[in-house]
Amino acid sequence: MKVLAALSGGVDSAVAAARAVDAGHDVVGIHMALSRNRDEFRTGSRGCCSLEDSSDARRAADRLGIPYYVWDLSDEFEDRVVADFLSEYASGRTPNPCVRCNQHIKFEALLGRASTLGFEAVCTGHYARVALRDDGARELHRAIDTAKDQSYVLAVIGAERLSLAMFPLGEATSKAEVRAEAQARGLGVSQKPDSYDICFIADGDTQGFLQRRLGGRPGDIVDQAGTVVGSHGGAYAFTVGQRKGLRLGRPSADGEPRYVTEVRVDANEVVVGPEALLSVTRLEGDEVVWLAADEPAAVPRRCVVQVRAHGEPAPGRVTVAGGRMLVEFDAPMRGVAAGQAMVAYAGTRVLGQARVAAGSAP
Amino acid sequence: MALHYLDHAATTPMFAAAIEALVDELGHAGNPSALHRSGRLARAVVEDGREAIARALGAEPAEVVFTSGGTEADNLAIKGLWWSRTAEDPRRTRVVTSAVEHHAGLDSVRWIAERGATAIVLPVDREGVVNVDALRDEVAAHGDEIALVSVMGANNEVGAVQPVDEVVAVASSRGIPVHSDVVQAIGHIPFDFGRSGLATAAVSAHKFGGPVGVGALLARGNVDLTPLAHGGGQERKARSGTLNAAGVRAMSVAAVEAVGSMPSESSRLADLQRDLIAGVRALVPEAVLSGPEPGPRCLPGITHFVFPGCAPEAMLYVLDSRGVEASNGSACTAGVAQASHVLLAMGRTPSEAASTMRISLGHTSSREDVAALLEHLPEAVAKARSIGGGLRAVAPAAGGPGR
Repeated sequence: MKVLAALSGGVDSAVAAARAVDAGHDVVGIHMALSRNRDEFRTGSRGCCSLEDSSDARRAADRLGIPYYVWDLSDEFEDRVVADFLSEYASGRTPNPCVRCNQHIKFEALLGRASTLGFEAVCTGHYARVALRDDGARELHRAIDTAKDQSYVLAVIGAERLSLAMFPLGEATSKAEVRAEAQARGLGVSQKPDSYDICFIADGDTQGFLQRRLGGRPGDIVDQAGTVVGSHGGAYAFTVGQRKGLRLGRPSADGEPRYVTEVRVDANEVVVGPEALLSVTRLEGDEVVWLAADEPAAVPRRCVVQVRAHGEPAPGRVTVAGGRMLVEFDAPMRGVAAGQAMVAYAGTRVLGQARVAAGSAP
Repeated sequence: MALHYLDHAATTPMFAAAIEALVDELGHAGNPSALHRSGRLARAVVEDGREAIARALGAEPAEVVFTSGGTEADNLAIKGLWWSRTAEDPRRTRVVTSAVEHHAGLDSVRWIAERGATAIVLPVDREGVVNVDALRDEVAAHGDEIALVSVMGANNEVGAVQPVDEVVAVASSRGIPVHSDVVQAIGHIPFDFGRSGLATAAVSAHKFGGPVGVGALLARGNVDLTPLAHGGGQERKARSGTLNAAGVRAMSVAAVEAVGSMPSESSRLADLQRDLIAGVRALVPEAVLSGPEPGPRCLPGITHFVFPGCAPEAMLYVLDSRGVEASNGSACTAGVAQASHVLLAMGRTPSEAASTMRISLGHTSSREDVAALLEHLPEAVAKARSIGGGLRAVAPAAGGPGR
């Protein structure tokens, strides 16, 4: 099979490509240039846009003996990921840019180019598994290594595009196994640190990035009663459930810590309150992608739902109707931010996902 | 898979005789500056090479200053002329060059412009040919203030042969020295340093069948060069570093062969170029030839097209995977194709300047190579077009103050 291996310059994508080569595929390595600062040389903090990464990707391809090219997807990345990130924050939501990147860059722009050029699959270093059903459909499952599992950020690509995706690391038992394999294969990136930050925010300062790109918009932090208890530089930079960085002058009346309970972008107000106010039992989501055609949720069905990238899945009932996904949790959930993905699972299998639009209290 | 190498302007395969000379000479110890027998033998190799190269290029042996290649030769000439000419007369603050120079020349001028020089960049026409009238105006208005003029012999991207004779005539009327990067010209069009009237000229061995890592600056005896790197001063006290006897010998073998075969070779390549251009136009009618039409104003080896709306990465991938090796332009350090400054200077849009292909022919090129390109070009263009190409207009980020 002709396989395009996306090589970020990290250890996971390099080992994934190596496994695709071993499986006998005709593999070509592609490094996506996503940053406009193409000559940026960054050490220490890892991202997916630096010169260091493109050179690591090139050396991995050399080692595997596969052709290597750099494709410029920086326009698409800016338009579909960075601009979305900004507009979501500006609307008071907290986006997950990795979801958008998988949705629009890796499994749309890159996959589209790959298909045009005759590739039959795109191979990435994601930790997730694809299972082929007897009826020919694909199921998306959590990785064997649940600590590294990335099915949460992949659900958005939908069932159809899974047939063109290849995740050779889904069966890996641990990152240590992948690193050991990289070392055994002589890949120079075997000990390269993992990336955790948002790749286009090199210094990790999301608030600073938002202020630079969206402009400062000072306003008030208020409590439930509307009393001003602090100030901020732009309501959009706050996330429901956030406790740090509020810099509230006075302690609360009950002495308990206060959390962001609501972000009112139109009024440019950040509302804080006790932890109890963060609880929600119902979540409504839009931008629904339902992968499991054989397991519809037209009527409420029991499953577990994950509402943040590294969060514990929680049991509840899911209904999909009218382009919306409704989740009723068995027990209250705390600190769910609008804009995040909520992903429904049956065991290890991904059923579907939606973008959190709104929550409501018990 | 048969390889069809169509990137001779980037580097051309070494002549067999040059490889033989290089390998043979690598087996001999001896620093050409040493005074014992081995040193004398090595020195003789260098001086034999110098004389052969000088003869091939119409220069005197004393005018050949060996360097590591064309880039160093351009730097040595431009910076050296700048320093010595301003030291002679501090009123000479202007440096004139063309908008389509190789970066070795253009960035040398920029570098001295950041240190006090005024850079005058001559425009080019739609085919990439320097506007000599702009030079005439500049010389008429500021003749006494011009330290040097630097205009290449032939452009490395689109193949346009530059009117260097006219440039020299205009500049020398006011005693202004002219440097020319003739790296792409040697072995393809006639070049005679003695008759050129140039003060300096840069050549590079690996562009005419010699090895990478050796080249020369041809410099008149009265040109005072200021060293870039300091050391033993082996070459006219202007260029330091142990002389590369093996490289020089291989370069001289290549120079003799390339210049000797030039008349027949350039007409052979011109025939291939005509077939190539006719073939591309027949298959892809919207392709636009960038440089001058074949003839005396165009290098026979370099053919450059804009393929409107084609993603350069896709063209590269399709052709490369079929064994057809052409150039989609230069890449940044990270490997991303960049819009060419040459095409932009020729009045092309950034999008056009990014959707290009340079097909460059050389001594190993055959009809089969051209045929292979033409065989796979339609598929490459079709796929590249469906992906869409070049640099796109950027929508402003939502709500942001812009980049």
